[in-house]
Amino acid sequence: MTVGIRVLAVEDDERIRASVKLALEDEGWIVDEAASGEDAIAIFSKHPADVVLIDIMLPGIDGFELCRNIRKSSDVPIVMVTARADTHDVVAGLEAGADDYLTKPFAPKELAARIRALLRRVRPSKPGHSKLVFGNLEIIPDEGKVLLDNSEVELTKTEFRLLCELANDPGGVFSRELLLDKVWGYGYFGDGRLVDVHIRRLRMKVETDPANPTHVVTVRGLGYRLQS
Amino acid sequence: MTDIFSDEPSTRYRLNRTRKLIRTSVHRLRPRRIGLRNRILLIFVIGALLLSSVLALVTYSFTRSNLVEQRVAAETNQAITNARRTQNDLLRSSTEVLLALDQGGAAHRMIYFENKWTSSSPLFSPQMIPPALLQRVQRDQKAATMIVDSLKGQALVVGIPLPRINAMYFEYDNLREVRDALQSVRLALALAAFTTTFVGIALGVFASRRAVRPLANAAQAARAIADGRLETRLEPTDDPDMQALTSAFNDMVATLQERVERDARFTSDVSHELRSPLMTLAASVQVLESRRDDLPERSQAALDLLSSDVVRFQGLVEDLLEISRFDAGAIRLVLEPLSLFEFIKQAVSVSSLPRTEIRCDDIAALVAIQGDKRRLARVIANLIDNARIHSSGKPKIVIQLADEEPPATNVWIIVEDDGDGLIEGEFSKIFERFSRGGAAGRRTGTEGAGLGLALAREHVTLHRGRIWAENRTDGIRGARFIVELPIDTTPTSDEHTHE
Repeated sequence: MTVGIRVLAVEDDERIRASVKLALEDEGWIVDEAASGEDAIAIFSKHPADVVLIDIMLPGIDGFELCRNIRKSSDVPIVMVTARADTHDVVAGLEAGADDYLTKPFAPKELAARIRALLRRVRPSKPGHSKLVFGNLEIIPDEGKVLLDNSEVELTKTEFRLLCELANDPGGVFSRELLLDKVWGYGYFGDGRLVDVHIRRLRMKVETDPANPTHVVTVRGLGYRLQS
Repeated sequence: MTDIFSDEPSTRYRLNRTRKLIRTSVHRLRPRRIGLRNRILLIFVIGALLLSSVLALVTYSFTRSNLVEQRVAAETNQAITNARRTQNDLLRSSTEVLLALDQGGAAHRMIYFENKWTSSSPLFSPQMIPPALLQRVQRDQKAATMIVDSLKGQALVVGIPLPRINAMYFEYDNLREVRDALQSVRLALALAAFTTTFVGIALGVFASRRAVRPLANAAQAARAIADGRLETRLEPTDDPDMQALTSAFNDMVATLQERVERDARFTSDVSHELRSPLMTLAASVQVLESRRDDLPERSQAALDLLSSDVVRFQGLVEDLLEISRFDAGAIRLVLEPLSLFEFIKQAVSVSSLPRTEIRCDDIAALVAIQGDKRRLARVIANLIDNARIHSSGKPKIVIQLADEEPPATNVWIIVEDDGDGLIEGEFSKIFERFSRGGAAGRRTGTEGAGLGLALAREHVTLHRGRIWAENRTDGIRGARFIVELPIDTTPTSDEHTHE
C-alpha cells in the first residue's frame, strides 16, 4: 500500500538529507532531494511528490513561505521539521498549510510512521452512500469532493480526511484525542494544536461564516461535531 | 583585709572571668554593630546636645556675671548713699541708732557704733561679716564689697567706714532679684537646649532616612536580581555622591546579565549545533540496524553500542536544550486541563516501566490539573527512571490529596522505590544538575545524564508546583519523590479548543 511513495525532502544540511534519503529508501520509497525552497518548487513541479518534508529553517525562502507556495497548487500532505515543539513555529507552520510536524532530531522510523498515517485512506464507513449532505455542505467521498452551496471546495488531503472522520458519525462528538488518533495516528501525547489548527483551516473553507460555524461546531470541553 | 591581687587561685579565676566578661561586653558595645542609620542619628543627637549645652552654659555664665556685676555696683552706690545719710543722722543725734538705720532700701543694715553692733534685721548678725572684709574696713578704713555664700545662695556684703563718727556701716543683700532673674534665664536656656536637641533628633531621623534610602533601593534591586530578574536596574540619579554607586551597580548587573545570557545561549547553541549531526547519526544507524543480520558478529556488537549511545546522546542533547530554555526563560507551557489519574496512567504507559503500579483513591481520581502533558510526562518518566536506576525493585505511584481537610488545593503524585534510600543531607542536592547521587551511595549507572531530576524540578516549578524527596517512613527502606501540583478548580472550559 505504501510502497512506491514519492517523498520530497527539503533540507539544507546535505548529510541529514543523505541519511534521511537512505533511511526512507529502506522503506521502499522514492526520495527526491532539495537543498532550498527554490529547488523544491522546481523539483515539485516536475515530479509531484506524495509527501513533502520541509525543514522550517531554510536559506532563501523559508519553510513557511514554501508551505504556502506548495499549498497554492497542491493538496499534498506536508510534514515540517521544527527546532522546538513549544514555539510559535508549530502553529505558524500548521497555519501555513503543514499537516504535521516533527522536532529535530527525529528517528526516520517516526517520520515514516507519520507519513503512513497521513497517507492512510479514510472513507466514511457506510457503504452505498455516494453523497453525504449537511445542509448546504455536500461530501462526495468516492470522488474526494466537497461542495459548499454547489460549488467545489478545495481541501487538502488531511482536511478532507478530518471532515470524513467527522462525517462518519454525524452529530456525534469527537474529542481531540480521538481525532488525533484517527487522522494523525497519535496516542494520548499527540499535540492538540494539530486538531485545533486544522479545524480552523477547515472552517475557513466549509463554513459560510467561519467566525460563526454551523457545520463544524465546538462542543464545550468535549470536542467537535459535524452537523447540518 | 583581702588582697584582691593575692595569688589565691579562686580569686585569680574570678578576676580572669571578670576580665573576659568585660571584654565581651565591650566587644558587644562596639560601634560597628550600630547600623548606618542609627550612626547618623547618633551623630546628629550628640552634635545637637553638645552644641546646645555649650551655648546654654556660655550664655548663662555671661548673663550671670553681668547681672551680678550690675547688682554689686548698684548696691554699692546705694550703700554709700545710705551710709552717708546714717552718718549725718548720727552726727545730729547719736542716740537714735536704730531709727537711723531704718531708713530706706530693702537690704539689711548693721552699724558698729560706740563699740556696739546694731542691726536692722535679726537676719543680719556680725558673724555674717567675713573677717577679711571686717579687717579691711576696720583697719584700712576703706569701703569694700564681698560676695559670700549663704544658705540661700550668694549674698553681697558691703562695708563702709564712717571715720567722722568712728563707726562702720555694713549692708547685706541676698541678691534675690539676681537669683530670680538667673533662674528665669536658666529655665529659658534649658528649654532652648531641649528644643535644639529635639530638632537635632528630628533632623537626624530625616537625614538618616534620606541617606539610607539609596541603599534600601540598591538592596531591593540586588534581591530582585538574585531572584533572577536580571533586567533590574537602579534608577539613574543626579546626586553626584550616589552616581558612582548607581552606575557601578548597573554596570555590574549588565555584565552579570550578559554573562548569564551568554552562558544560556552557549548551551543552547551547542545543543542546536549537535542536533544536525545527531540527526544524521540516528538516520544512518537506523539504516545499519535494518541490515544488522548481514553484519559479522563483531560489527553487530559495535552497532548495538553505537545505536544505544546515539539514543543516549539524543536524550542528553534534548535535556541540555530544555535546561538552556529554562535558563533563558524561553519555556512556554502548552497548558490544557488534564484528568490527573488518566494522565498518570498514560504517562506511565510510555515510561521505561510501563507496568508500574498506580494507586489512587476515589477522591483523587476526580482531580483535574492544568498541565503541559508532554512536559509533565517527562517528569513522571524521569522519576520512574530514577527509581529504576537507583533501586532493585519496582517503583510504585500513589496519587493523593495533599490536604487532609477539604477543600484540597493541591494534589500529590508520589513515586516510591525500595532502594537504599537517600542519605541525610542529600535530599535537595539530588535535584542539582549532573548530580548522579554517587555520593549518596547510590549506584552510578551508565544511564541518565544526571539532568532528569533537575529537569523535573524545573518543570514542576513552572507548573506552580513543588517537588521534593525524602526517605520512606512506612518501615520499608527506600526513597519517596513527591510532586505537588495545584488542583484545577475552574469548571471544564473549552479554552483548549481555541474558539
